[in-house]
Amino acid sequence: MAAAPPFVIEGLGKSFGSVRAVHDLSFRVEPGRVTGFLGPNGSGKTTTLRMLLGLVRPTEGRALVGDRPYAEHPVPGALVGAALEATGFHPGRTGLGHLEVYAAQVGADRARAREVLGMVGMSEAAGRKVGGYSLGMRQRLGLATALLADPPALVLDEPVNGLDPEGIVWLRQFLRHLAEQGRTVLVSSHVLGEVQHTVDDVVIIKAGQLVHASSLSGLAELADQVTRVVAPDAEAFARLAADRGWSTHPVAGRGGTPGVGADVVGASAAEVGAACFAVGLELHQLATRGTDLEDVFFRLTGHAADPTVGEGAA
Amino acid sequence: MRWREALIAEKRKLTSTAMWWVLAIGMVGYLAFIGAVLAFSMVSGSDATGVQPLTGKAAALSVYGTVNAIGYVFPLVIGTLTVTTEMRHRTLTQSLLAEPVRGRLLSAKLAVSFPVGVCYGVLGVIGLLIGGAIPLATAGDGAYLGDGEVIRVLVMGILVSGLWAVLGAAFGSVVTNQVAAIVVLLAFTQLVEPIARVGLSAVSSLAPVASYLPGAAADAVVGSSLYSSVGTGAVDLLPAWGGALVLLGYGVVLVVLGWRTTFARDVT
Repeated sequence: MAAAPPFVIEGLGKSFGSVRAVHDLSFRVEPGRVTGFLGPNGSGKTTTLRMLLGLVRPTEGRALVGDRPYAEHPVPGALVGAALEATGFHPGRTGLGHLEVYAAQVGADRARAREVLGMVGMSEAAGRKVGGYSLGMRQRLGLATALLADPPALVLDEPVNGLDPEGIVWLRQFLRHLAEQGRTVLVSSHVLGEVQHTVDDVVIIKAGQLVHASSLSGLAELADQVTRVVAPDAEAFARLAADRGWSTHPVAGRGGTPGVGADVVGASAAEVGAACFAVGLELHQLATRGTDLEDVFFRLTGHAADPTVGEGAA
Repeated sequence: MRWREALIAEKRKLTSTAMWWVLAIGMVGYLAFIGAVLAFSMVSGSDATGVQPLTGKAAALSVYGTVNAIGYVFPLVIGTLTVTTEMRHRTLTQSLLAEPVRGRLLSAKLAVSFPVGVCYGVLGVIGLLIGGAIPLATAGDGAYLGDGEVIRVLVMGILVSGLWAVLGAAFGSVVTNQVAAIVVLLAFTQLVEPIARVGLSAVSSLAPVASYLPGAAADAVVGSSLYSSVGTGAVDLLPAWGGALVLLGYGVVLVVLGWRTTFARDVT
């Protein structure tokens, strides 16, 4: 395997007519890590990936694989394996036939085509026509295509779409394994939860512009702490929360009794416990709910969040 | 420099689906049928229209010329498909990931189309010999297969079939909608051009224009024209080299158009 190149996005922009799909976007994707490229649908992820791979010409800035644009490498397909969304397959071609079409151009032979089909669990379907494949099988064939050259860098656009839960777990382990081998792995998704357990770094865009780039733990630091409380005297707890300035959300208690439980946003379990003890308030439950990254993601991308989280309760 | 690999990929794209042999069978069958119809109409003597049918070597040349005059739609279509299937099934993205230099991708398609078209030409000749040469030899004045001029027509028909496939790929790079491209090709080759050739040649001042139509230019290269044999609407053909230049001109115009439009666009 050749040395894994980073992806370098510098002041990248693309306008389609008067529509600015991507604007002034800069970030780096480092080797040896899985980077999640996140944003709502229509935020410019696919356009950015297509600019990185030379399919769409930027109107500003540049996107580099290592030290130069994708197309200027001696054998680009051997350096970066890519599976882009909306990439088609000829329905009359077999899975193996599809891989064999592109094998020579990325320096792979027919034996390797069979091998990558095995890697994605598709050996059985090798001789079947793609027209009869399920969405999940197409995703796997796309991944196999990306892996043909055993490339040091990978770009996968929404690879989780269409995979069954088992496939998602498999993909997660597979991508982690590839990154541990020192490869550059960029995975896009419109749902953080899909890749949250896979990625080391996150790059989040909204309306074509960067809103956040950090390690996953850096993103977690932006999240509010949430503490789950169950207090039998709901009114007394509400008064306490108002005194302390906590924002709370009612949570249905056990047996469906509303108003008994609450999530306290922005206060640790220790703080909440101490305050309740100080005023002599009885608690039946006090627990750290953990940070909700999805909430941070929604806040950053300005999309409607889970209504019970994030907004201050009056 | 990735040229060889680009050609291998294009070859595999064609041979990994059923289309090439479906069209090949179509070409053999169609030309065998056309050859038989023409040959029988010639060996059965003058018909009710009073047009004197061709005899001897002229009859044989006229029959063998149809590998180009009638069969050209098959290499045209297979050439067109090299580009339009990539659009239809959205495989262009994958093809450009494997070969991001677009000029090389387009060139490889044009280059691979030539030998494919030549193979179709060979198959077309086989169909013609089955359908046409046998009745000529048994019921007519002979198949003339050893004649130098006949051999030249057959060989040039095969080579021109290769050119038609290249022109097809060039046309596909301009009209990328597969259905539209095939409909236009069928309409043009089966309807528009035949009518235009007969119509234009009926008006003496416009007659020279007809010889610049692509089918007429190809007839000039091959050295045989079905139209010059059917009495009315005899068309003066260009010299062979002139026909070759005209075909080349069509190819260059189409490639430049495709290069400036389809292959210059963002692939989204």
